[in-house]
Amino acid sequence: MTDPTPPALSLSDLSKTFGGLRAVDGVMLQVEAGERRAIIGPNGAGKTTLFNLISGELPPTEGRITLFGRDVTRLPPHRRAARGLARTYQITNLFPRLTVLENCLLAVQALTSVKLHLHRALHRYPALFERARAVLEAVGLTGKEGETVRNLSHGEQRQLEIALALAGAPRLLLLDEPTAGLSPGESHLMTTLLKRLDPSITILVIEHDMDVAFELAKRVTVLHFGKVIADGLGEEVKANPLVQEIYLGAQ
Amino acid sequence: MPPRSRLIGLGALLLLLVISPPFLSSYLLTLLTQALIYGILAMSLDLLLGYTGLPSLGHAAYLGVGAYSVGVLTTRYGAGFWFTLAVGVLVAMVVAAVFGLVALRATGVYFLMITLALGMVIWGLAHRWVSMTQGDNGISRIPRPDLGLPWSLANPLPFYYFALGGFLLALWILWVIVQSPFGQSLVGIRESESRMRTLGYDVWLHKYIGFVIAGTIGGLAGVLWAYYNGFVSPADVELATSVEALLMVALGGRATLLGPAVGAAAIVFLKNLVSVYTHRWLLILGAVYIGTIVYAPEGIAGAVSELQSKRGGRAGRPQAKAEA
Repeated sequence: MTDPTPPALSLSDLSKTFGGLRAVDGVMLQVEAGERRAIIGPNGAGKTTLFNLISGELPPTEGRITLFGRDVTRLPPHRRAARGLARTYQITNLFPRLTVLENCLLAVQALTSVKLHLHRALHRYPALFERARAVLEAVGLTGKEGETVRNLSHGEQRQLEIALALAGAPRLLLLDEPTAGLSPGESHLMTTLLKRLDPSITILVIEHDMDVAFELAKRVTVLHFGKVIADGLGEEVKANPLVQEIYLGAQ
Repeated sequence: MPPRSRLIGLGALLLLLVISPPFLSSYLLTLLTQALIYGILAMSLDLLLGYTGLPSLGHAAYLGVGAYSVGVLTTRYGAGFWFTLAVGVLVAMVVAAVFGLVALRATGVYFLMITLALGMVIWGLAHRWVSMTQGDNGISRIPRPDLGLPWSLANPLPFYYFALGGFLLALWILWVIVQSPFGQSLVGIRESESRMRTLGYDVWLHKYIGFVIAGTIGGLAGVLWAYYNGFVSPADVELATSVEALLMVALGGRATLLGPAVGAAAIVFLKNLVSVYTHRWLLILGAVYIGTIVYAPEGIAGAVSELQSKRGGRAGRPQAKAEA
């Protein structure tokens, strides 16, 4: 293979141990640019820990992380964000006492030099507001700009999670259970929203809901006790006897 | 943008601060001057505690180094006002820049403990570095500044307006900062540090800049304090001063700037009132602190805006009443 474009994400032999627990254990993973990949696995499989390693919130014990061909293993989270990485959280992680628009503005200015300006009021930067409103529209939160985030419904908070991640125009998007805690109707809306995202964005999504996982991604990676036990197209993975035994069968 | 009612309130308060002093007794004027100077300290601490969520328990350190700079420069070298002001503020800035490197390695209660310890370092210096600070005796006979104005700042009224000028300067600087994109990033850090990191903020850098600004403005309060008192001693740098500053912010209302200034006035007036009857000021201070936390966690500013919204809510919701 002589593909000139490097993979969006490449993990080699990535491990994370907490005391005696190997939460992530020698993970090899490659996600091509523009790919949509789902990561599934039972509770405690190490999915969120894997995301924390990729985003830089946790340092790995061993292994290497490459983002668009550049080694980022030792970079702090904000430097990875500057290279086009964005993420959402399984447990909603927003700015609860700020309004929806203020939340979005913080995300929009994050990758600009404006964030260090302290001599002019924020409202004197109309371009930031325009961008923030556009992002809110993309996730269906138009009309909610002035609401305080902690007063939003859970579904709306999940939408805002996506908005914050999209605001910086990421090239690689990590979605940690975007439908967590949503009703079937809200979950369907969220799936539709995610499927409509710009196809050039590479997406790695953790999903508990198998139907959602297979709907969003063609390729699926199965994680179990920190190890990759299967990797392939949706149907192959479903047919894999090991996967059926430890994951699908367990349901 | 701040709501109109807040701007009107601000304007009325400032107008009162400008017009009323000539009609006040000199005792009241002194208290008001103290309140303004402590107001600067409280507002600068609010940038850390209220906006960034960093509970510093060593903010008296910056007041202290600002005040001692004035003491040393004026009594020993006869330095003029502008030079002394520049050096005092700069020394506070340097101290904050060094302390920030140490303190910001920690968060939460550990940050509190480290800032407390760093504050004690300055207190220790004031106490023990006798050749520079004259130890327990303190530095006395600090002259009031001579600005070449027709009014002597040795008189309470001109000095009041002088302090008011410093207060307004600090208020303006902090007001511009908290409205700015940078100021908003501090609030983001208060609300969710982890999210700020993954959004692309170098959280440490933002906290550090905020920390240095707060210390620098704390130094301005110290400069004015030394000129006001004509005296500086280790008592000004005590832990109790840092605690009082924290209480001023909590009592006035965090993340409101003017709230902590009002809190400063309340504490200064209360302290002077209480001292007539008892020496157990710290006991009263503790009681006020507990009362604030229990009955008005958002402070005076929070209580006022809650009152406003209740009144507004009642007027604007006749239908809800009918339904009930």
